[in-house]
Amino acid sequence: MDWFYIKGILILSGINLMAVLGLSLLTGFTGLFSFGHAGFMAIGGYVTAVGTMKLGLPFVPSLLMGAAGAALASFFIGKITLNLKGDYFCIATLGFGEAIRLVLDNVQYFGGARGWPGIPVTTDLTTVVIIDIIGVIILANLINSRHGRNFKAIREEELASQTIGINVFRYKMTALMISAAYAGVAGGMLGHLLGFLQPKMFQFVKSTELTITVIFGGLGSISGSVIGALVLTSLPEILRTFAIWRLVVYGAAVVFIMISRPQGLMGGYEITFGNIKKLLSRFAYGKKPAAGGDKQ
Amino acid sequence: MKLLVLKNVTKQFGGLMAVDNVSFDVEKGSIFGLIGPNGAGKTTIFNLITGIYRVTEGEILFEGIETNSMEPYRVAELGITRTFQNIRLFKKLTTYENILTACHYNARYGLVDAILRNKRFKMEEKGLLAQAEELMGIMGLEDRRDVIAGNLPYGMQRRLEIARALALRPKLLLLDEPAAGMNPDETARLMALIKEIRDRFNLTVLVIEHHMDLIMGVCERIVVLNFGKKLAEGTASEVQANPKVIEAYLGEEEVVVC
Repeated sequence: MDWFYIKGILILSGINLMAVLGLSLLTGFTGLFSFGHAGFMAIGGYVTAVGTMKLGLPFVPSLLMGAAGAALASFFIGKITLNLKGDYFCIATLGFGEAIRLVLDNVQYFGGARGWPGIPVTTDLTTVVIIDIIGVIILANLINSRHGRNFKAIREEELASQTIGINVFRYKMTALMISAAYAGVAGGMLGHLLGFLQPKMFQFVKSTELTITVIFGGLGSISGSVIGALVLTSLPEILRTFAIWRLVVYGAAVVFIMISRPQGLMGGYEITFGNIKKLLSRFAYGKKPAAGGDKQ
Repeated sequence: MKLLVLKNVTKQFGGLMAVDNVSFDVEKGSIFGLIGPNGAGKTTIFNLITGIYRVTEGEILFEGIETNSMEPYRVAELGITRTFQNIRLFKKLTTYENILTACHYNARYGLVDAILRNKRFKMEEKGLLAQAEELMGIMGLEDRRDVIAGNLPYGMQRRLEIARALALRPKLLLLDEPAAGMNPDETARLMALIKEIRDRFNLTVLVIEHHMDLIMGVCERIVVLNFGKKLAEGTASEVQANPKVIEAYLGEEEVVVC
């Protein structure tokens, strides 16, 4: 295996990670399931490409434009669908994701179903890593604040959240818009990695893959989402030796992990210095965690 | 001074009159009891006051402001908060996190402040942490600080729910059957606690209860409901002596035919 190949996988993981981080806020922390995030990736991808190709802007401002475009789209979707409860919201996002893809299939300005070639290849490993780190820091800071606690409160008990004065609709909207912006950045980076955009890249399968990654890593854990994105993006590559049985083995691996650890890899825990210290001292003194005090 | 006024409040669910033309006033600083058999409409009244349901007819005034068309979170901002009959804690969060989350209203920093971790964020967050610690102390939950709320013993879950409500610094606290499932000893302690928090936080308390000792012991004024209608109102002894109340609770005297 040469470095070029590994680098490619790392960049792809980094791009997926960005989308997964956003979805982690929406699904893991706010408790809203979405099966339409590929749609936001598509919007981000195409808007970013418009920025660099049609408007001649540099890459980073175009990415921000893509993020804003995806967030704006999510605002309108949220306005009509966020009052729907649980499963219904999920179905609505599914419809939205597919609708975006079909619209792009038919807009000739962006090349329609044949795709949009000739996008400058500006995404490299350094850019992806820097953007990912910024993404993680923003999300971690947000989660460890009163706003983050409100997101979690909504996930746990919506009615009680309202009676302690949380504007549930506004917080759900905020979570949706931030997650769409993250997906938009991911889409923008993807387009500028491949040099090519095609609506087919943002099919329903892509949305499912993102949601699976969040659940696989553990709902309500940023560290889990990071590990999940790295593992699930590289797993199909590691399984190359299985040739045509590759994706079957991939599916079996996901099923196995979900059966053996239904709460996901991290199960709501975070990897922080404080937690590592606690874990080490527990090993050192052989102390059992206090009954009922363990976070499950 | 009247803190809360219900004027001819009616709530209809299709053909069912859940609350039928009920009026009463709650004096500021009092502990007010709401009793009645199951299905009398007590919890419905709580849901109407907190904005979870909309009134069909009549009006509810809090400090002279009409709350009929407000969203529940707006009602909470006015200073009304509640506990639930079937406890609704943030089950997977710890005791401390439950209280801390409810303190959010006492800090005003925005999303950007949180992301940048600026001075304002740090200062206000410190204030919130101190406030949560203090509340835990008052409610006697310090030793369960990091226990997941869902794993707390039942009595403590009830107390945590009250602590979470107090974190908002409310003016009016609604308690929906706070003593449900408690033994007489725990009930007595709860009575003392309700009086203590009323004095300490300058609260007005509206309480639904089935435990007669609790209601008769702490409430200064009581309203009795039956089938959505107001049956009686008065002090504990007045209500206890009212024949209509006795009838609703124990049934009419039957003529035994042998």
